[in-house]
Amino acid sequence: MIYSYYPGCTLKDRAKQLDLNARTALKAMGIELKELDAWQCCGAVYPQTSDEIASRLSAVRALSDAENGKLITLCSACHHVIKRTNYDWLKDENFRTKATNYLKPEVPYDGSTQVIHVLELIRDEIGFENLKKMVVNPLTGRKIGAFYGCMVLRPGKTLAFDDPENPTIIEQFIEALGATAVTYPYRNECCGAYVALEDKSAAETQVDRALNSAVKAGCEELITACPLCLYNLVHNATANKLPVKYFTELLAEALGVKEGE
Amino acid sequence: MQKIGVFVCWCGSNIAGTVDVEAVAEALKSVPGVVYSVSYQYMCSAAGQKLITDAINEYKLDGIVVASCSPRMHENTFRKTAEAAGLNPYMVEIANIREQCSWIHKDKEEGTKKAIVLAKAAVAKLKNDKPLKAGTSQVTKRALVIGGGIAGIQTALDVADAGYEVDIVEQRPTIGGRMAQLDKTFPTLDCSACILTPKMVEASQNEKINIISYAKVEKVSGFVGSFKATIRKKARFVDETKCTGCSLCMQKCPSKKGKDEFNMNMNNRPAIYIPFAQAIPNVAVIDPEQCIKLKTGKCGLCEKVCAAGAINYKMEDELIEREYGAIVVATGFKPIDPSPLNEYGYAENADVVTSLELERLMNAAGPTKGTLLRPSDGKHPHEIVFIQCVGSRCDENTERGKPYCSKICCMYTAKHAMLIRDKYPDTNVHVFYIDVRTPGKNFDEFYRRAVEQYGVDYIKGMVGKVAKEGDKLMVRGSDLINNQQVEIAADLVVLATAIEPDPSARSIGTMLTASMDTNDFFTEAHAKLRPVESPTAGIFLSGVAQGPKDVPETVAQASAAASKVIGLLAKDHLVTNPCVAESNELMCNGCSQCEKVCPYGAITYIEKEVRGPGVREVRRIAQVNPAVCQGCGACTVACPSGAMDLKGFSNKQIMAEVDQICL
Repeated sequence: MIYSYYPGCTLKDRAKQLDLNARTALKAMGIELKELDAWQCCGAVYPQTSDEIASRLSAVRALSDAENGKLITLCSACHHVIKRTNYDWLKDENFRTKATNYLKPEVPYDGSTQVIHVLELIRDEIGFENLKKMVVNPLTGRKIGAFYGCMVLRPGKTLAFDDPENPTIIEQFIEALGATAVTYPYRNECCGAYVALEDKSAAETQVDRALNSAVKAGCEELITACPLCLYNLVHNATANKLPVKYFTELLAEALGVKEGE
Repeated sequence: MQKIGVFVCWCGSNIAGTVDVEAVAEALKSVPGVVYSVSYQYMCSAAGQKLITDAINEYKLDGIVVASCSPRMHENTFRKTAEAAGLNPYMVEIANIREQCSWIHKDKEEGTKKAIVLAKAAVAKLKNDKPLKAGTSQVTKRALVIGGGIAGIQTALDVADAGYEVDIVEQRPTIGGRMAQLDKTFPTLDCSACILTPKMVEASQNEKINIISYAKVEKVSGFVGSFKATIRKKARFVDETKCTGCSLCMQKCPSKKGKDEFNMNMNNRPAIYIPFAQAIPNVAVIDPEQCIKLKTGKCGLCEKVCAAGAINYKMEDELIEREYGAIVVATGFKPIDPSPLNEYGYAENADVVTSLELERLMNAAGPTKGTLLRPSDGKHPHEIVFIQCVGSRCDENTERGKPYCSKICCMYTAKHAMLIRDKYPDTNVHVFYIDVRTPGKNFDEFYRRAVEQYGVDYIKGMVGKVAKEGDKLMVRGSDLINNQQVEIAADLVVLATAIEPDPSARSIGTMLTASMDTNDFFTEAHAKLRPVESPTAGIFLSGVAQGPKDVPETVAQASAAASKVIGLLAKDHLVTNPCVAESNELMCNGCSQCEKVCPYGAITYIEKEVRGPGVREVRRIAQVNPAVCQGCGACTVACPSGAMDLKGFSNKQIMAEVDQICL
């Protein structure tokens, strides 16, 4: 199967491991990610004002360019912006009209593209049961916690990713790879995000709370789908520290196709 | 030519503010047939009615049009006025120029134009009106009360006190309802059981009251004064007339895994059980899901130990058919399941409990015998957080929780907080709230006592997360007054969950054709002036079935509903609505369409000799029972041959109105 794929800027630079391992691991599972021909930065932050059109145009272009009605995303922030823009496209006529007038496309976007995160792709198109069968190096005995962050979960109704208060998709993923999933209450909290640039202590509070809780619950390592979460978890932890990886690294490892460290 | 009078009401400024009432009265003067037209400030007042009476007498009027408020408001008033002046009361037409005109328009010119059209349409209809005579129907002097909580009990006691028979149908094995589960009641802190159980006993001992417990109303037909109900009395496998309530069977029963519903499922009960010590009837019941004998055929221990020989494993459901003059809906409420509001972690943490669960934890007959111990480890909690408005006052778009205020939570939370501080002074109590709403006699004083005398820590703000860390529950919320985030390490978290109508209410509402709002609370006939009656005649509302209420308010409303029931049962006959359907024998083609759509079963088909110009033969034709017909008009629409017509709203009358408006 070939799917249109939107990597996003961070995955070409700081979060190369997230991207490379996703491609090789999915290839091993019979899925090819076809990068969109021309994509731009997703805007990184979903605009907080409803009349802000320009910062959502890149997402509309990507949605419009996706083939076979499906667009695969990987970075939490890109997924968040593109999925919410897609939702706006269906619900907000004003946005639809203005964005179309601005882009002047030959064929206007019809709103039919589904935005699918790689985790959703694995859950819904492959299935965790099938994933379990594909594992070559089961991660038996490893105690792994998920750090969801907020971008993939909220707003719950729009993202429709998992239960925002009590998500289980990454835990199911961890279990499918043969490891032990450790659940802890702060796995769906904000990591401090960009506030870290302005107020480092805010990010430290968030990260420390999450890490302390994870360590207490018995986590020995964490995985995430978000480059920003990974950055904050690694760089703004002041007390407990845990190794943090992208979920795709873990996937590639279990499938025996991990790219060089 | 008929002589018609037109009376245009100002309704103070309600109509006159948007409609030039004098211009309306003036315009109607030129309508053929109208011999008198006038406007007046309050037509429904004594002076206004006198104006109508005098005009009827002076101008020898054949009919009148009152252009005023909705006919639901004052049609009856003006019919009585007309009747007193010697006119047939059905020669009165109301043009609704308030709800359907002045209230919904802003432009006076437009409003005036529309009011004139509406009044002219009423005149056009009136010209086709025929004098009608109301019949009478019998009143069965017995009331049915659905629900045996404090609301149903109070209504039944009051109705019985007036000398009428009452049946209480309760779905659970005992009456008592939610109030029986409460520990103490606000604002006086008297023990709930101490004030409720004597009332339960009184109801059971009253010879006019018949308690049908563990039963549900399955079918209701008929109409005000003569309802017919089918009641299914579920098999309790214990003969009510023999069981003495000795509870020996409960001690011997080997199956002890049933959830104790009375204690909010916090402990187990045997398969044969009496819900609580003061249950009425004080008779055991077997839970067929748990009973080993009923499931496998082996066991039978309870039968062996029962000295009264009350156990009967072969008992079957019993159907009771009975007639009633009035039906009271007292179906009550249940707390919502807070699991979907999962930021509070109710489903994951045993120590996050609902307020009703806390009631049981604090009650001497509860699972902890009245000592406040937390469910997870049985330890005494030292730091307790209450969260108010859990599922109440929610944004309708979020689709989680209720848009309304549940009304009782502020008071019961203050009660819980105070009782805990009083009994366990070493325990800190925090309450997160949006607003504290404590109107009511001695209510605000009660809440202030919690804050000022008992040192309960009230925090204005909501909670965003409850996370389990070790054996603590970390409660994170906002303190809006200090403008900061707060985090409390709690031992126990209590959710003041919203209340919602009992799940049985919806099907009962459908069965009774009693209207409900979007939250499944029963709608009252008038929000202000008829708060204990359903718009469906003969159906009355008691307690939380109508909307959230505390105990004193429920009792007041229950008695009010009883007084309405008594008013109805005191009558020997009811005047029936003469606006009923009628079938033209010559035009009826016997197709049965009307019979199929009639919701009241008022239409039957008979073989009858039909005579008319050039016709004399036996045909199968429709016949309407005027005592059963409610005049809904469904048959007149369904009838393909135009044979069916509704008196007072005949096809001719409706078409005259439409023509007047459209042509």
